[in-house]
Amino acid sequence: MVVSLLDRPETDRVFHALADATRRDIVSTVLVQELSVSALARRYPMSVTAVQKHVAVLEEAGLVTRRRRGRESLVQGDISRVQDARRALDAFEQLWRDRVAQMDEILAEDP
Amino acid sequence: MPITRVDKDLDAHTMTVIADYDAPVERVWQLYADPRQLERFWGPPTWPATVVDHDLSPGGRVTYFMTGPDGGKSSGYWDVLEVDAPRRFVVVDGFADDTGEPNPDMPTTRMELELASRPDGGTTMTVHSTFPSTEAMQQMLEMGMEEGMREAMGQIDEVLAQG
Repeated sequence: MVVSLLDRPETDRVFHALADATRRDIVSTVLVQELSVSALARRYPMSVTAVQKHVAVLEEAGLVTRRRRGRESLVQGDISRVQDARRALDAFEQLWRDRVAQMDEILAEDP
Repeated sequence: MPITRVDKDLDAHTMTVIADYDAPVERVWQLYADPRQLERFWGPPTWPATVVDHDLSPGGRVTYFMTGPDGGKSSGYWDVLEVDAPRRFVVVDGFADDTGEPNPDMPTTRMELELASRPDGGTTMTVHSTFPSTEAMQQMLEMGMEEGMREAMGQIDEVLAQG
């Protein structure tokens, strides 16, 4: 399960996309509410073009989708890819759960 | 299960694991201080670890390799930063080449481990892991640990199926 997730090149793009604080903020915002690029741009101290670039990286990673409404470009978050990223951390958690269980077994051998 | 709490922070690339053991602090410390005990739990179930060098003192180094089901080997090392026996140590855990020398191209994890006595005589272990980035964490998970994780996931699934 984890292995197939890690093998996918799109997972690399997800991690790259989420490595930037602004992009993480954009994702969490549009997961809650669909917003236009210009509305997003008002939330950050940067140009519409800069926000558009961030949105493009997120779209490439499959973290958001875009649709047109009139002259506006509306951005919406896609929760499934965020869950993929989460799963990599879950795998590391599993490694430690194994270690703790094995430590417990060793301790249980004590007289 | 002795694990009482796991906190994961995707933004800060950190994970904290808290576990409770019935054994006293000195006994739990021995699991790390004794290489023969360390190698019994450090590797995933299907990638048992063999500890080669073991100097758990500030500036010291611990080297190990893990052997997979197909005979493949994955080597690692700890650079020991701080030790306050039997309560706390801080190491940088990284990948090594076949001779045990650190591989500078691979990411490292900083691991802070603390043991605290509980009133009932048991021990609370807190392990705080910090990854340099989510990408590094990803890369680490891809290197040599897949088999163990697949196995572990399978074990969990079995337990769930029985429940």
